[in-house]
Amino acid sequence: MARQLRFEMTGRFLRNRGAMMGSLILAAVVLTALLAPVVYPGDPLRIVGPAELWPFQDARFPLGTDALGRDIAAMLAHGARTTLLIGILASAASTVIGVTVGAVAGYYGGWVDEAAMRGTELFQTIPNLIFILTIVVILGPSIAHIIIAIGVVSWTSIARLTRAEFLALRNRDFVQACRAMGLGDVAIITGEILPNALPPVIVLSSLIIAGAVLFESAVSFLGLGDPNVASWGKLIGDGRELIRTSWYVCTIPGLAIVVTVLSLNLIGDGLNDVLNPRLRDR
Amino acid sequence: MPERPVLRLLRRRLLQLIPLLIGVVVVNFCLIHAAPGSFLDVMTSDNQVTDPALIARLRTTYGLDDPLWLQLLKYIAAVAHLDLGFSYRQNMPVFDAILAHLPATLILMLSGLGLAVLVGVTAGIIAAVKIDTIWDSIVSVLAVVFFATPSFWLGIMLTVLFAVKLRWLPVGDMTTLGADGGTLAQLLDVLRHLVLPALSLGLFYAAIYARVMRSSMLEVFRLDFVRTARAKGLSAARVTLAHVVRNALLPVVTMLGLQMGTVLAGSVVIETVFAWPGIGTLLFDAVSTRDYPMVLGIMVLGSLMVVAANLAIDLCYLWLDPRIEVG
Amino acid sequence: MAPALDVRALQVSLFTRTGVLPAVDHVSFSVAAGETLALVGESGCGKSLTALALMRLLPDPPARIIGGEIRLDGEDLARLDERAMQGMRSKRISMIFQDPAGSLNPVVSVGRQLVEVIEAHTDLGRRAAIDRALELLDLVRIADPKSRFGEFPHRLSGGMCQRVMIAMAIACGPRVLIADEPTTALDVTVQAQVLALLQRLQDEIGMAMLFITHDLGVVAQVAQRVAVMYAGRKVEEAAVDALFAAPLHPYTRGLLAATPKAEVDRAARLAEIPGMVPPLGNLPTGCAYAPRCPLAGKRCWAERPALTEATPGRLVACFAADAMQDRIVNDVAVVGS
Repeated sequence: MARQLRFEMTGRFLRNRGAMMGSLILAAVVLTALLAPVVYPGDPLRIVGPAELWPFQDARFPLGTDALGRDIAAMLAHGARTTLLIGILASAASTVIGVTVGAVAGYYGGWVDEAAMRGTELFQTIPNLIFILTIVVILGPSIAHIIIAIGVVSWTSIARLTRAEFLALRNRDFVQACRAMGLGDVAIITGEILPNALPPVIVLSSLIIAGAVLFESAVSFLGLGDPNVASWGKLIGDGRELIRTSWYVCTIPGLAIVVTVLSLNLIGDGLNDVLNPRLRDR
Repeated sequence: MPERPVLRLLRRRLLQLIPLLIGVVVVNFCLIHAAPGSFLDVMTSDNQVTDPALIARLRTTYGLDDPLWLQLLKYIAAVAHLDLGFSYRQNMPVFDAILAHLPATLILMLSGLGLAVLVGVTAGIIAAVKIDTIWDSIVSVLAVVFFATPSFWLGIMLTVLFAVKLRWLPVGDMTTLGADGGTLAQLLDVLRHLVLPALSLGLFYAAIYARVMRSSMLEVFRLDFVRTARAKGLSAARVTLAHVVRNALLPVVTMLGLQMGTVLAGSVVIETVFAWPGIGTLLFDAVSTRDYPMVLGIMVLGSLMVVAANLAIDLCYLWLDPRIEVG
Repeated sequence: MAPALDVRALQVSLFTRTGVLPAVDHVSFSVAAGETLALVGESGCGKSLTALALMRLLPDPPARIIGGEIRLDGEDLARLDERAMQGMRSKRISMIFQDPAGSLNPVVSVGRQLVEVIEAHTDLGRRAAIDRALELLDLVRIADPKSRFGEFPHRLSGGMCQRVMIAMAIACGPRVLIADEPTTALDVTVQAQVLALLQRLQDEIGMAMLFITHDLGVVAQVAQRVAVMYAGRKVEEAAVDALFAAPLHPYTRGLLAATPKAEVDRAARLAEIPGMVPPLGNLPTGCAYAPRCPLAGKRCWAERPALTEATPGRLVACFAADAMQDRIVNDVAVVGS
């Protein structure tokens, strides 16, 4: 008995600990992002010191400087703002698109559903990052365009999930009752079904933030990011030329990405445990 | 494998392929027209194209004098004839340029994926068999970490360690410049260049497959036929390998099919890190020089590759799971 | 003659979150070669766990053998290590299960699954093993074995799957065959065919059979002796004729009364015994059947009745068994007059 009990407890504890850890890390990242303008006022991209200064050498630049003599710590802190901003807004954009498509498909069914699902399939077929790069290249590199591009590419899983939830809910008694009372489709979709369908969608949205952060870093790394803001991906891209001498320029922002994405994933898994109790004992 | 289901599957897939590709082309078309200013102006001024013959050719390819619907139809017709436009950057038709770079990308994708499946599935099996032990924890932690690691950064870090510091492996490119020797020596040379890119690309997916395989194994372990296999007096190893793994692989294969597009996209980034002469490098170059026909062409052909890969996965599934009836 | 299978005071416990539950409590029985013992009782009475314990296939966690002996021709299976036990399974003790379709691997052809068991326990090469597998398929009356060999389980009916399972179970000529509700999932006509097949094979091979069921109608067809289990304990054991003629335990009586005469309304066959099996975690101090027993007296609630020999060859654990026996005699007298 003891054996099984211990396993179950440990499993649950570990998962809770993961979600806890994720929340703490994310809180730290958010705090960094919020405090960045206070601690590092002014443009983080300006040159402030000697070039290629290693971390822990100079108290003014705890994380060192890059090839141009820019403060890595300042760029990292301001980069957190960019990362979180793009991650959250892109996830929000994909959630809005995905929920709209999924809700309409699931609620109306028939040829509407068929068309919506074909469209979803289409967007899943186009290799995601290539799609993003194409959109950014054509629209031009700016934060808004990157957000749009990531949103346009990431909504398919949300749409599928929302559709499944709507299919399951649309014939429930309370929905039928609303229909009998003469409520319009829009009112039923947004007021009655959506609130019930939302919890699993929210879990997925939180996981999409993690994906968006990875996409953003790749876009910036490839040099298609907004040239006027600090970004972790860009920092890595800029540091690439220095790997023989100053590899820390790449390492530090990369660790920031790993830790942030990790924390978002841990939180997503934790939310999943809480909101989908069926899967809790896996 | 019976022949008829295969043929039926092929026919159905090919029928699905046509609307899908038309869809991609339409998306492409929309993107072209979403570009600020006249597409042609941007394209020509960005690249200082002044040659009137070339401009005329571009005008015909994109049919910019026609009404929109006709332009769209013409564009679809052009793509159908594999005319993806002309790349002034590469100074050759887009299709030819992509075709020339395709093998390198395929090698990278396949080896990265092969590695991912091998490592991920093995790790998932170990974690499931040794559930709730230190092995399980190690696999879980590694899977969570690699799932959060951007492949391009992993690539750079691996380069720093294995190529710059330890000097075991080359920094980039696909072959050593000026190296000669027999076929075998050349093959080994390519393999040495392949190790780091394949690892960088593969470990992210290995993390996913490890998680999927673990939970799938645990699910299958609960099924009745596993009890039968044990009742037959088979060893635990044989029960696991011959009966559980085979069934547990099915969700991994499904996953593989869903991820073909992201793997292609991932190899694009990895190629730029390692100067791997494939489509990624081509795309990076096209992106930096605003070579629109090339960017759009890669998107169309990339989608086509995804569809083809999905077909391969479906055939694989047909062989793995005899319950699938193609109707 | 020494019995082929001799189970003594077998104890299986479930180690759960809420505590250790005695799922099989000091159960003893023996089966001779060529004989069939039926193990009957409602679901949850511990009969399937007993069977899995004999195969050493208990789902662990939560179930484990904590005491007793399982003697197969004198050798105690409960003491064997896993490796030695692997050599026993399907070679000297085999088992077939309730859900034949789910008991076969869906992605491996039935032929290969059959060959696998032959290769595991004999020195036959691949070719010879395939020939033997074809023979076995023929033996279990599967028409056209050659074309069925490469078939996958989902293409076969439940009865066919069970035949394949039986072929696998008898492939190495075991001493003991455990059949855990082998016909419950099958149609009535198929059921009869499978039962007939099992009996024929038992005669040919001369194996001992432990037949687990909750269907007393089936028991009459296949078994020579019956052991009745209730809440993890054996409460009665007798020869089939004697048991059907004169059940001594009130629970057995209830089971017999609940058995439908015709093959109608099979789902409701046990509904006539009032009350429910008490949860293992909350067994009464006295007789576990007392809460449902029409004859329960004060003593039944306070004290657990021991298994005693009522008449030669008949075991029963009930304080009211004597009274029961008298009543039955009276009933029989009334019917006879």
